[in-house]
Amino acid sequence: MQDLYMENILDHYENPRNKGRLEHPDISHEEDNPVCGDRIRIDLKVEDGVIADARFDGRGCSISQAAASMLIEDIIGKPLDEVKGYDKAHVLDLLGIPIGPVRMKCALLSLKVLKAGAYGIHGWPGEEDEDR
Amino acid sequence: MLASSSILRTLDVQAVRADFPILSQSVNGKPLAFLDSAASSQKPLAVIEAMNEYYRTTHANVHRGVYTLSERATELYENARKRVARFIGAKSSREIIFTRNTTESINLVAQAWGRANLRPGNEILLTELEHHSNLVPWQLIARETGARVRYIPVDGQGVLQLDGLDALLTERTKIVAFAQMSNMLGTITPAAEIVRRAKAAGALTLIDAAQGVPHLPTNVQELGCDFLAFSGHKMCGPTGIGVLYGRRELLEAMPPFLGGGDMIRRVTFEGAEWNELPWKFEAGTPAIAEGVGLGAAVDYLSGLGMDAVRAHEREIIAYALERLAEVPTVAIYGPMAPDIRGGVATFNLGDIHPHDVAAVLDAEGIAIRAGHHCAMPLHEKFGLTASSRASFYIYTIPEEIDRLVEGLYKARSIYKKAK
Repeated sequence: MQDLYMENILDHYENPRNKGRLEHPDISHEEDNPVCGDRIRIDLKVEDGVIADARFDGRGCSISQAAASMLIEDIIGKPLDEVKGYDKAHVLDLLGIPIGPVRMKCALLSLKVLKAGAYGIHGWPGEEDEDR
Repeated sequence: MLASSSILRTLDVQAVRADFPILSQSVNGKPLAFLDSAASSQKPLAVIEAMNEYYRTTHANVHRGVYTLSERATELYENARKRVARFIGAKSSREIIFTRNTTESINLVAQAWGRANLRPGNEILLTELEHHSNLVPWQLIARETGARVRYIPVDGQGVLQLDGLDALLTERTKIVAFAQMSNMLGTITPAAEIVRRAKAAGALTLIDAAQGVPHLPTNVQELGCDFLAFSGHKMCGPTGIGVLYGRRELLEAMPPFLGGGDMIRRVTFEGAEWNELPWKFEAGTPAIAEGVGLGAAVDYLSGLGMDAVRAHEREIIAYALERLAEVPTVAIYGPMAPDIRGGVATFNLGDIHPHDVAAVLDAEGIAIRAGHHCAMPLHEKFGLTASSRASFYIYTIPEEIDRLVEGLYKARSIYKKAK
């Protein structure tokens, strides 16, 4: 079973969906994880409070890039307010395999970028405590 | 003792492996191949048992109690200090300060010596090879004192470029601090030569021997250095104990680093007088069991012979470099000559992220390090964000290198696009 999920991750890693940049994004944010050099930028087009289009760009390991690809696929067409409420469990659900403590930062980098962008740097309540 | 050091000993690696209980286990259904000893080595039974025995029979606080257990504990702890002193050729055990680790040893010198001696315009000379632990303490004290940090450059193979050293060494240079071996590239530096040239320019020298003392025969008299810092846990000893060797006159002249119990001779409400060396630099209850463990580790390595340790690792790294080079798209970093390289093989496999390489190997029971290895500036110099590192020790066998190479082929078959 786990191999199936792993295959899905590899598929997203090797054939990322919605990778690239938007021309005139309403929201654009980028962060990196200096420990492993992973870097992700997310561009959002928001129309009437709904994410009309989204792209991600970046580099990193299979977990960080596949998580970004899955997350972007998931949020297109969703209300921005709903996406603001996404948590760690949501991304881990998308990935579908157990993630160890060291690679948790890889798995959650795109969520961090998405939420920091969606809330704006000042309105963002901060990173979810990973131990919860 | 006699002429044993002149007899060329070789390691009986299978016998060594039998001394390390952790190595006989399976991880993810495969025999463990532990290839991350540059981060921390495994522990032989002799060390584990020495610490166990200490806690079961002897533990009490040291240097204070007028009772049998405390006296025995003090004797064990201080005996460990004497063995460490002999192991690195210090003139006296008073020159051996026990710290938590290499990092704390270097911070001790940067803070205690640096604050008292560095002035605006003075220079601290480091190298581009340094681990963060021999960069950041100097950057901190430079910011505080107005001194400036400069660097000896490395070439594309990670070898120090010493042509320009005499130009870098001026009357402004107060201390030269450098690694005996690079933790990222395995480069063994010409430590005695750097010390000689630094001395000629009137600068003090500190050697970051975190990767040196565990792997290379190391004698502070032959090196001629003023300070030498290393950790217990990379040389078969426990975590939580490290060593700062310092020349006695320098340590005598330095103010204390941390204040507290054990480091004082007399305290009044107005002030205090410092204890004598080495206890002046050991505030608070020390890591006693860890000291005992480090003493046992030193005995263990002495029993093997550091020449034999180095000879084994030279063979292993030569084999690893040769085998890794066979793998298509592998890029190996650092010097390719085993004579100037310790047991550290750092590489990348095509565009496969080091985390993914390490995860594939982990599923095969092979433990390697992936990341920047606490050498971010050096990675940047090589245009890298991360790399994979396999590092070796006295218990590493060629079969483990073969498994590493097989694992890399497996990673290539999983990550087809990035291979």
